[in-house]
This record gives sequence, C-alpha cells and structure tokens, in this order.
Amino acid sequence: MAIDKNSNGATFTFAIVMVVVVGTILALLYSSLKPYQDVNVEREKKQNILAAMNVKVKRDEAPALYDELVKDTKVLDANGRPTEGDAFTLDVMKQYRDEKARVISAEEMKYPLYIGEKDGSPLYIVPMVGTGLWGPIWGYVAVASDGRTVVGSTFDHKGETPGLGAEINTKFFSDQFEGKQIADEQGKFTSIKVYKGGTQTTSPRGVDGISGGTITSDGVDEMMRRTLAIYYPYLSNDGGQSSNSGGTTDRSTAFHNHNATEEQP
Amino acid sequence: MSSTIASATPRESLFSKKNRKLITDPLDDNNPITVQVLGICSALAITVKLENALVMSASVLFVMLAGNVVISLLRNMIPSRIRIIVQLVVVASLVIIVDNVLKAFVYDVAKQVGVYVGLIITNCIIMGRFEAFAMGNKPAPSALDAFGNAMGYAWILVAVGVFREFFGSGSLMGFPLLGDATEKTGLFALGYMNNNMMILPPMALIIVGIIIWIQRARNTKLIEEG
Repeated sequence: MAIDKNSNGATFTFAIVMVVVVGTILALLYSSLKPYQDVNVEREKKQNILAAMNVKVKRDEAPALYDELVKDTKVLDANGRPTEGDAFTLDVMKQYRDEKARVISAEEMKYPLYIGEKDGSPLYIVPMVGTGLWGPIWGYVAVASDGRTVVGSTFDHKGETPGLGAEINTKFFSDQFEGKQIADEQGKFTSIKVYKGGTQTTSPRGVDGISGGTITSDGVDEMMRRTLAIYYPYLSNDGGQSSNSGGTTDRSTAFHNHNATEEQP
Repeated sequence: MSSTIASATPRESLFSKKNRKLITDPLDDNNPITVQVLGICSALAITVKLENALVMSASVLFVMLAGNVVISLLRNMIPSRIRIIVQLVVVASLVIIVDNVLKAFVYDVAKQVGVYVGLIITNCIIMGRFEAFAMGNKPAPSALDAFGNAMGYAWILVAVGVFREFFGSGSLMGFPLLGDATEKTGLFALGYMNNNMMILPPMALIIVGIIIWIQRARNTKLIEEG
C-alpha cells in the first residue's frame, strides 16, 4: 500500500479507470440486449394496433395475429392524400418531435394508416402522438368503415403521474371512446372532446377526463383533434366508396350488434 | 492488509446481535423515512397504488443491495475527494443495468418500473447508506445494512400505498373491494364515496406524518429534547 489513494495521481487514475470500465460494461450490455428490446417494442406496437381493433392478444402472439388481421397499410401526406412510404417503420414519434423542433415543416409530415379487417368489416387504425404533462403520450384509434365511428382505442404514455395522468393507458379510460363519433350528423369533423368534470359521458362526441390528470387528458384531446383532422377527409371518403351499394349500413349494424353482444357478459 | 486483520479477530457470525441490529434498526428506531426523513419524494410520488409501491420497493432493494456491496468492496480504493461522484456513478450504472435487463426480458415489469428509474437514482436513502455505511464497513454487514434499510423504506411505502389505494380508489392491487364507484354497486350504492384527496400527493405526507406520530408515541426515545 505504497500509493496514497488521495493523491492527485491516484484520484485521476481512479476516475479514468472507473469511467472506462463503467462505460464499457454499459455499452456492451446495451448492444447485446438491444435486439431483444427491439423485438419487444415491435411486438408491443402490433399488440397495440390489435388492441385498438378490440382484439385482445398476448404480446408473444401479436405478430402472427397482426399478419392475419391487418390487411393493408397506407401512408398519407399532410393533406390526407395517399403517398409513398412504409407505414410500419414510419416513426411518428420522431417526426412529431422534429416538427416541434422545426427540423421538418408540418407539410412534410407523413401519416401512417393501418387497414385491418374484423368480422368482415374494414377498420382504419390511426396512430397518434401528443404531449402529456411530463412527456410524450401516444395511442391508436380504430375507426369503422363509415369514417366517423370509433370502434376501439388504446393509449399509453412515457412518464405521466402514476395513478393520475398515467391512467390513460387503462381500459377504464380507453373503453369510453368505443362507439363515439368524430364527426357530427352533417359529416363535419368535430373530434372527441375529453371533458373535465365527467358530466358529458353521455354525449356521442365526448368522454370523461381523468380526475387529477387534467393536463394529460387535455393532451389526449389535442392529440386526437390534430391527428384525426388530417385523416378524416380520407376516412370519410374512402369508407363511403369502398362499401357502396348499401352495404355500409348492413355492415356497420352487424358490427355494432357484435360489439353489443361482446359487452353483455 | 484487510485479510490479516480479518483473520486476527475472531470471525463474527452473520447473525450476531450486532448484525441483527443492522436489519432491525432501520425498521423502527432508525427508519429511513420516518426518523431520518429521507426518500420522502418517492414516498409521495408513487404510493397512489399498492402495486407501484411494491415495484418501487423491489427496485430499491436490488439497487441498494448491489450498490452497498460494490461500494464496500471498493472502499479502500475510492479517493475521498471524488467519493460522492463514484457513489453516484455506481447507483446510476446499476439502475441503467436493471432497466435494460428488464426491458429485454420482462418487458411488462420494465414498463411498470420505467417511471421510477429516475426516482431511484435520486433516492437519498441509497446515497446515504453508501456514504454512511458501505464506505466504512465490509461487504457482508453492508449487504445486511442495505437489506434492513430497503425493508424499512418498503414497509412505510406499502403502508401508505394500502391506505391511499383503499380509501382513494376503493381497491387493493387494482382489485375493487368495495364495489364499482361509477356503476354504484356494493358500498357505493349506499352513498359511500372515494376520497379524492387520497390520490393527491399531499395526502401521502399527512399519512407519513401520522405514522411518525404513532411511532413516537410508542417509542419515546425518538422524541428530541426541547
């Protein structure tokens, strides 16, 4: 023990060795675990898309069922017109951040759309991102072929307050959106309002926000309004065209009946 | 050098009276939350639900146990001028390791813990134990000390969590015990209401205050003289 551990030399040596050792360990760990983490993230995304379609599935089984139920994907431009691109790998979160930081303009943003099929009816699943109180929030909303009836939704967040804003990822919150309308009877886009105070739950275009999670609830409200406004022209037109000859009403009533039976037990 | 000292003194049993005290002391007489009043921020933030309190307690237990042992092993090498930085690096690395391993293999748990990772790094109890105990003691007692303190932290968190979830949401671990508040079934049909104050952070402070009150009424040696 000839070396004085408090000498300048020992202090510097210790600091340097520590940084190199810790840095190496963490870098090795990160790069060796990254593939496993990516698989989880991809599966979760597929699970979320299915959850918006009201298909409950374990994460391990999500990829297989996703391939079966999601028939097509599209990428829309900022005006809601189809454009080139791969929907699944499009990082809407990064794009949202870039737009906020003015790296890209709002006109350059692209909007992925997943087209699934459940019980013979097409479903349009819209991914969305927004801002809560502490960080990003995101979600998927499935719209029926009439272009305005919400069939299901799922939301999640990065770091909202547990027990308050974090409750947006519970079924209790997302179930409220089922059957709500994003447009009025004249077909004018209205989005779904997230109300504070919980008196508007019977409204066809409103849901109850979370007590104590007002800013997160407002974030969900803003996110839906902004995102669905882009998709609405495409959803309302395509939904009408793809199922003309009176099939629309048949299908949507069949669909609603099915939902009702699901809710019964 | 340290090995010669160890062999010269009679080997102390792992469960000697002194070592047992390392575990029992933090549970009551020297509780990190109610007596030392450390780690209050996390106790306020995450006790809305019992499940969150349990996940946080388990994470703190692991980080504190591993960190105390690592610091204790390095204690004769750590230069005293940068010891706080070294302790911080150890806590931060452990938390990153835990977070990454969880994300890769138990993704659901990782999503639960994700929010609290930052809170673990800033938890004063962990840094406090590194500085006050692990820097001056061998690895085995350090591990016991970490275990005792993590348990002292955990039982307060769980107690506050049970109280807040039961009275604030009428459930425990997410299972409704009193009926459905929105459907008005069970107790809610009789006009019972959840106490919304319970889900707000200040209520945690009040509950911790009540625990401190009860503890001092029972254990008079904790009361400071005038």
